[in-house]
Amino acid sequence: MTAMLNVKDLRAYYGQVQALHGLSFALNEGSLTTLLGANGAGKTTTLRAICNMVRSTGAIEFEGKALSGRSTENVVRLGIAHVPQGRGTFTTMTVEENLQLGAITRNDKAAVVADIERMYEHFPVLKQRHTQQAGTLSGGEQQMLAVARALMLRPRLMLLDEPSFGLAPLIVRDLFKILGKINREDKVTILVVEQNAQLALELADQAYVIETGRIVMSGNARDIANNEDVRKSYLGY
Amino acid sequence: MSAVQEAAAEAPAIEAVPKRAMTLGIGTSLAILALLLLVPLFVKNFIIFQLTMLLIYALAVLALNILTGGSGQFSLGQSAFYAVGAYTSAILMEHANMNYALTLPIAGLICFAFGFAFGQPALRLSGVYLALATFALATAMPQLLKLGFFEHWTGGVQGLVVTKPDAPFGLPMSQDMWLYYFTLAITIGIYIASVNLLRSRSGRAFMAIRDNEIAASAMGVDVALYKTLAFGVSAGITGVAGGLGAIAVQFVAPDGYTILLSIALFLGMVVGGVGWLPGSIVGSAFIIFVPNIAEGISKGLSGAVFGVLLFLVIFLVPHGARQVAMIAQQLIGKLRN
Amino acid sequence: MELFTNQVLAGIATGAIYACMALAVVMIYQAIDHLNFAQGEMAMFSTFISWQMMQWGVPYWGAFILTLALSFAGGIVIERLLFKPLAKAPILTNVAGFIALYGIINSFAGLIWDFTIKQYPTPFGSSPFLGSQLISTHQAGMIGVTVLLLIGLYLFFQFTRIGLAMRAAAALPESARLVGINTSWMIALGWGMAAAIGSIAGMLIAPVVFLEPNMMLGVLIYGFAAAVLGGLTSPLGAVVGGFLVGVFENLAGTYIPVVGNELKLPIALALIITVLVVKPAGLFGRPIVKRV
Repeated sequence: MTAMLNVKDLRAYYGQVQALHGLSFALNEGSLTTLLGANGAGKTTTLRAICNMVRSTGAIEFEGKALSGRSTENVVRLGIAHVPQGRGTFTTMTVEENLQLGAITRNDKAAVVADIERMYEHFPVLKQRHTQQAGTLSGGEQQMLAVARALMLRPRLMLLDEPSFGLAPLIVRDLFKILGKINREDKVTILVVEQNAQLALELADQAYVIETGRIVMSGNARDIANNEDVRKSYLGY
Repeated sequence: MSAVQEAAAEAPAIEAVPKRAMTLGIGTSLAILALLLLVPLFVKNFIIFQLTMLLIYALAVLALNILTGGSGQFSLGQSAFYAVGAYTSAILMEHANMNYALTLPIAGLICFAFGFAFGQPALRLSGVYLALATFALATAMPQLLKLGFFEHWTGGVQGLVVTKPDAPFGLPMSQDMWLYYFTLAITIGIYIASVNLLRSRSGRAFMAIRDNEIAASAMGVDVALYKTLAFGVSAGITGVAGGLGAIAVQFVAPDGYTILLSIALFLGMVVGGVGWLPGSIVGSAFIIFVPNIAEGISKGLSGAVFGVLLFLVIFLVPHGARQVAMIAQQLIGKLRN
Repeated sequence: MELFTNQVLAGIATGAIYACMALAVVMIYQAIDHLNFAQGEMAMFSTFISWQMMQWGVPYWGAFILTLALSFAGGIVIERLLFKPLAKAPILTNVAGFIALYGIINSFAGLIWDFTIKQYPTPFGSSPFLGSQLISTHQAGMIGVTVLLLIGLYLFFQFTRIGLAMRAAAALPESARLVGINTSWMIALGWGMAAAIGSIAGMLIAPVVFLEPNMMLGVLIYGFAAAVLGGLTSPLGAVVGGFLVGVFENLAGTYIPVVGNELKLPIALALIITVLVVKPAGLFGRPIVKRV
């Protein structure tokens, strides 16, 4: 299977500080991969580098197209949706406007309207609140909104940065179930960055572990979850 | 709850100048000092007068630098403080026959009080809103100075003529040259004091407020006190500059202190590098000489030429003279290795 | 009492000028998060262009529409050429840029058309409106156009895709990019729209204050004050602010004895600032919750 996303020797910098030291990995189409690691390891930086939100060198290819040199919005238009840390919800706009914004680059009006309805089926609570200001939603609801917004793009690849952050465990479980469903049924390739390693490893097929800007472990999610040494050294449990 | 917008952590509007970059190195400072001391000995009186004005405006830009670059408060009202300082000196010299040197600390103190007082209501304003408030102050001042009520003291629309002092103790130098060295001494004194102020605990309080007011307050900085203090100090220095200006120009009149002066000082601060005290003299040079150059290039389009020159400067060095100094420092560093 | 109502009405009439200008100011503020000092000059220049066209025989409404289009394009060009390069520079440097632009435009206008004042026509006529001595048909027309503009802007922002994209880009630029919006072009668009609205303001104001290169300075300041008073994020606030400022200005000039014409401006500003001290985000502005 050809890789959908190919990252080779990625080095990323915040000013003078180097955050990633030559990362290389690949995502297969249709896979659900998780990127794990401690705080400050470089997980968020990796996602930001893919979307060219941070200065980086190295080669990133998405479906055969090189991503370097493209502006963030042009990377997104290739079919990559990114749910950032903190969700990036447009808090002053309504839930429905947030969903419309997810589809703002699309020209198929009727399909967009249909997709919004599908999102309401995936996430009934959003339908309840669809005229409310997004900022009044709870954390879990905002996370659902962020995921729904990303899906409105009809992305081929979805990047999620710590979707479980600040959410109660039950809600995280629900969220992850939905992510799994989206991956299997809508055929969206997913790369999810997580600190909550246990849940992420239950959800994913593949896993990578990052430490101080380098990949230190990669493989099948189940294997990594079952490997006690790896869990203790890198994942803390 | 419905209409609440969060301003998440965003880049501060006034960028920080790191403490050690606040001044020039000893070598450069001494070189510049030597220049300032020696050049007047070789040029005509009119040029000496222009150099004196260079120092005076540098003081005013320095004051603005402390306020904006130091404590992060934006002010378009400096011309008002300058005017008060100028008129204080003029009135004391002409109506009370006071010695010119004595009028300066008085002008400084009065303007300090004025600035401190203005800082109080300004506490609740920031950014655009503070700009508007200081703008109002600047536009009101010339009108207030013209008021019939004060005419006996201020000379109304005509203003007051100020007598230029002779060199003391019968020293063999022209009035212009004496005034220049007098101004130079004051400027150096205030510059050193300002640098020390910004390095002191108060200076750190200013900068903490500039970078993140809420955090500063949470750490126990008395934000209200330091903000008004910054206004006071800035106004005081501007007042001294105004007094010196009155003496150098030999008269004061309301229309000499309009909002245009405030805008010029602002431009001087930006060109010199916001918050970088040594840049004040570069900024001052820009606002004194470039308009003349512009008029020389094209009398009819002098405003446009000035605008174009200003754009050139900010395109090349958006951070002003400080950026030039940093580039020079890097180059020298490379040459040494 | 009659003097009071008369002054209030007269204030509302002049306030229409400030309301229109304030709309352009808010428009730009939404796009770039600060005030553009050169906006008045851009409006003045546009008005001169329309005047020039009429001198060449173009009928009023033709010149109006052409000027609108040219101003829109001009605003975009200015932004792309002069301010896009400054996008990463500090805000104060951008402000210096606005001042430079002011000088350039003002100077050119003076050179091309000189400083003598010119008459500028109004499509609404200047007879008394509905028989009232205080409001002329032109002033009524101004108020009408301003209200129409306001409604048009509301519809644009609430119901069009581009309006939604612009709002998003102004609110959270990074999130906007993550949904594929080209935020850089949204800023250019904001400039274009602000220039167009400014040109309308200029063409409505010129019949009242007469056309000359320095005609917009006072108007711009009051326009800023009105926009700030209304709350910089609210077009409705800008319009209401404009009318209020007109009324303040008139009442201050009439009732405060020390003041003649000269102190009207600072007093009006002082009144506005008093309001701001009580309501820091303006009358209709959304209070901003600041997080550390």
